[in-house]
Amino acid sequence: MPHVISIALIPLLPLVGFILLGLFGRKYFNKSAGFIGTFLLLVSTALALYTAYQYFFDIGKVNGIYQKLVPFKFTWLEFSKGVSIDMGIMLDPISVMMLVVVTIVSLMVHIYSLAYMKGEARFATYYAFLGLFTFSMLGLVISSNIFQMYIFWELVGVSSFLLIGYYYDKPSAVAACKKAFIVTRFADLGFLIGILVLSFYAHTLDFNTLIERLTSPASNEFKAAVGASFIGITALTWGLVLVFIGGAGKSAMLPLHIWLPDAMEGPTPVSALIHAATMVVAGVFLVARLFPVFSMSAPALYVVTFVGVTSALFAAIIACTQTDIKRVLAYSTMSQIGFMMFALGISGLGGENGLGYTASMFHLFTHAMFKALLFLGAGAVIHYIHSNEMKDMGGLRKYLPITHISFLIACLAISGVPPFAGFFSKEEILLAAYHHNPAVYWIALLTSGLTAFYMFRLYFSIFWGKQAHLHGEHHGEGGFAMMLPLLLLAVGAVLAGFIPFGHFVSSDGAALESHFHWQFSVAPVLIGLLGIFVAMWLYKKENDKPAKMAASLNGIYQTIYHKFYFDELYIFITKKILFNLIGRPAAWFDKNVVDGVMNLTGNTTQLISEKIKGYQSGKVQQYALYFLLGIIGIAALFIYVWK
Amino acid sequence: MNDLFTLMKSELLVTAIIFILLFLKIGKGIQNDKLLTIIQFLLLLNLVFGFFFNEEGSLFGGMFYTNALIVFQKNVLNLGVLLISMLFANWFKKSEHMPEFFMLMLSALLGMFLMISSGNFLLFYLSLELATIPVAAMVNFDLEKRISSEAAMKMILSSAFSSGILLFGISLIYGITGTISFTEMPALLHQSPLMIIVFVFLFAAFAFKLSIVPFHLWTADVYEGAPFAATSFLSVISKGSVAFIFMATLYKVFQPMLGLWYNMMMLLSIATMIIGNLFALRQQSIKRFLAFSSIAQVGFILVGMSSNSTSGTAAVVYFILIYTFSNLAAFGVAAAIAYQTGKEKIDDYKGLYQTNPFLSWVMALALFSLAGIPPTAGFFGKLFLITSGASKANYFFITIAALNMIVSLYYYLKVVRAIFMDKNEQAIEKINIHPTTKFALLLCAAGVIFVGIFSWIYDYIQSLA
Repeated sequence: MPHVISIALIPLLPLVGFILLGLFGRKYFNKSAGFIGTFLLLVSTALALYTAYQYFFDIGKVNGIYQKLVPFKFTWLEFSKGVSIDMGIMLDPISVMMLVVVTIVSLMVHIYSLAYMKGEARFATYYAFLGLFTFSMLGLVISSNIFQMYIFWELVGVSSFLLIGYYYDKPSAVAACKKAFIVTRFADLGFLIGILVLSFYAHTLDFNTLIERLTSPASNEFKAAVGASFIGITALTWGLVLVFIGGAGKSAMLPLHIWLPDAMEGPTPVSALIHAATMVVAGVFLVARLFPVFSMSAPALYVVTFVGVTSALFAAIIACTQTDIKRVLAYSTMSQIGFMMFALGISGLGGENGLGYTASMFHLFTHAMFKALLFLGAGAVIHYIHSNEMKDMGGLRKYLPITHISFLIACLAISGVPPFAGFFSKEEILLAAYHHNPAVYWIALLTSGLTAFYMFRLYFSIFWGKQAHLHGEHHGEGGFAMMLPLLLLAVGAVLAGFIPFGHFVSSDGAALESHFHWQFSVAPVLIGLLGIFVAMWLYKKENDKPAKMAASLNGIYQTIYHKFYFDELYIFITKKILFNLIGRPAAWFDKNVVDGVMNLTGNTTQLISEKIKGYQSGKVQQYALYFLLGIIGIAALFIYVWK
Repeated sequence: MNDLFTLMKSELLVTAIIFILLFLKIGKGIQNDKLLTIIQFLLLLNLVFGFFFNEEGSLFGGMFYTNALIVFQKNVLNLGVLLISMLFANWFKKSEHMPEFFMLMLSALLGMFLMISSGNFLLFYLSLELATIPVAAMVNFDLEKRISSEAAMKMILSSAFSSGILLFGISLIYGITGTISFTEMPALLHQSPLMIIVFVFLFAAFAFKLSIVPFHLWTADVYEGAPFAATSFLSVISKGSVAFIFMATLYKVFQPMLGLWYNMMMLLSIATMIIGNLFALRQQSIKRFLAFSSIAQVGFILVGMSSNSTSGTAAVVYFILIYTFSNLAAFGVAAAIAYQTGKEKIDDYKGLYQTNPFLSWVMALALFSLAGIPPTAGFFGKLFLITSGASKANYFFITIAALNMIVSLYYYLKVVRAIFMDKNEQAIEKINIHPTTKFALLLCAAGVIFVGIFSWIYDYIQSLA
């Protein structure tokens, strides 16, 4: 058994950083905050790697199957027998993998921010928030109790809110953080109701017990959950779909994705950490955590698949038209998460059927590497050029050589070009889709072509094409602190694909041999290369082809450019419909009826208060009189009236 | 003989401390500073010893009875007294007759211990008097202030009146049943009209001590006039001890009359919450404000008490533990400010945060806890009170209680707003806080935060109940 304390320290060290820097940072450590935070996280990362090593190679495997270990758990609040909120640590392949991913990406971002955020007035606050986020995210992944997870889930939401709104003097950042918070909060309501539904039938909040009870068809709990139904859908499916709504909100799945592009208002390293590699995959993680239960309900899995695949395609189309480089990356993130989602949706439980599950987790892992790399690279570009817009960029390969190379590697990885990491994981997803649902396979294939296109559109627009107008002082690539994470992540983006992932993570814990069919890979690779060549043809040299094409497809282009008018739709629904039909009548009711009643109560209270003031006269003889009257009154009441 | 020492341990310890103080007083004059440290140390020892050698049993033919829960209740009171000795250090040091004050306080405490442990009405009455008369003297301790003497006068007169009623009730109940023992009585009780009158007499005596409406009128005047140390003793220790014995007699002695006292309890609880809130709403003096708000708090205690179950017992004891921390913290802050500036009005607190962040935070925590805002302990305390009250499925009663919680939010937060939000040119100057006071305030703040979160405290109390 690994030492409990060493595991507990993984999330607790960032918390220490948060408390230390949050309370005393601005006064005492404003300069050294970065180093304190980074050092604490370095220790965390080392412990996470050690735990992962121990788990995967030493203690995790019993008879060839990875176990779910709960080395530590204490009951925090007990509602009734068996239903309690526990605080615990659960180690299983996905949580250990997430520990590694979160700590590594977070460490990279910590190091990167040393240079990127240097000179900010609230430098210490920034590191405090990073610590809080890392703590909550790590707590989320090791939760052994669904309610514990919900608590950390909300904490993650709060820290995301704080970090998006870090530049709180910028109105757009403030609007963005509010939007992110409200949208995800709305989705979390679904999660909460889902938890209540599931726990109501399973009579527990503990993950292991819940999964065990709701996956054995013979158990009473399962029979009850399947037996009860509401408008023709079983309680089990309702619970899972509601939980999935929470996951979809955090993971920016259609139609709850509208907050993610705006969230790019936060500092770029934050986008790399939260909105690319860790928090946004929490939804995928949630579905994976409850996957055995999901696999008991075909409709719920169908919803997951449908939402995943539409989000993947839809986001990829939008990404082709955006001009803000961070927004392109945001949509790309959404699209890739869509891949992970539908991979879970089409997966089965156990053995070969579980390929989708393994592929999804594998893609989560590789995606974290190359997407963080892309964001950090974009950060370096923005740092250099002081703009997010593609039109201000071009020909930067000479000025930012390291960024250029690492960005290229990441683009190749995400486009699925062998032998980079994305190739292997995406290949597995496509393979799983091919076997289980051909329609999904074809859409996914199309999407991966689009992915290659928009990524290279981005790449060529930044590093090739027209020469950017550089004016004013430019300070190179931002030094060692910014380059080191880029290089390390680039190594990850190259090598992560060679990990035999199926050996470690699979739907039932048993090792899964991945079969590599080169014949099968031909189509995805070709379509990826096609995307790249189209992008090269259009964007490598400065020309008017893209503008002409946009003009000829004016209507469609505008629709896509405006993100299919989703934001407008939301505004229409909220402002025009909700406000007019519900808000205004409610306001009228509030103003005239509720306020009226309240004022009446208030006035009456004042009046009564004024009237009875006299009884508090300060005269003892009167007090005695009331005392006696009280006794007589009560006695009379209970003797004669209220028998 | 061994029984005497283990079972009466708490009482003997307090008696010993009173005697030590007496000798120190008549011996050569020790400086207040040193003496206060000695007293605090003794009280700390007293508290620590409270947790050892606890046994269940009765003495003197059932006159005195104790068990683990009762000892725990005594420890809560001990804790309160220790905190008081630390919180008002500045005032004690200046006071000419400090040892006397402590002797009075400890005598009252002794009375309370005996009262909680009493097994018949005789010991109950005697110890109730012992727990009251010294307090009247404590109330009078601001010797130079007329208002203080007036308060003491009011208290002693009202108490005498209440005692008279109580004695009348006891003599009648002895006449009806022929016994004064708590254990023999339940079998002999029958709900006749005479018995109802007798019960109302006894009930009124308890209600007087707990300041339940309509027997609460003395409270505000006495609280306002008394020095802070005496006020906080009255509002926390005195109320806590009476609540304990009240609950015990209702559950044990008057069990056959459950239907009657449940309705009475509901009626008076609602009246108490509403009247307490209504008056707290309009108070300007912080002392009166806390006095009325503590009346409303007692209304909530009655909600939990009305459940007539072990979970009700646990909830009440737990709530009083939390209430001790929160209310003492509030009084401690108010006192620290009043000693230096003489300001006792809520309006004076405007902008306090700018000059005294520490006191402001402690006050805010205390008020949050009193208002029952999560995650402070007060939230859990009220939650358990209300859920145990709800076990009777009288949802009308519970709804009224919940509504009153909302009303109380308003006036507690009004003070917090004054402290944090309102700007003030003439904000209270920087207050010098005595180190022990500061430590005690920190202890209270820690209690307010952690007693709620550490679920084992509640579990422990429940295991005793």
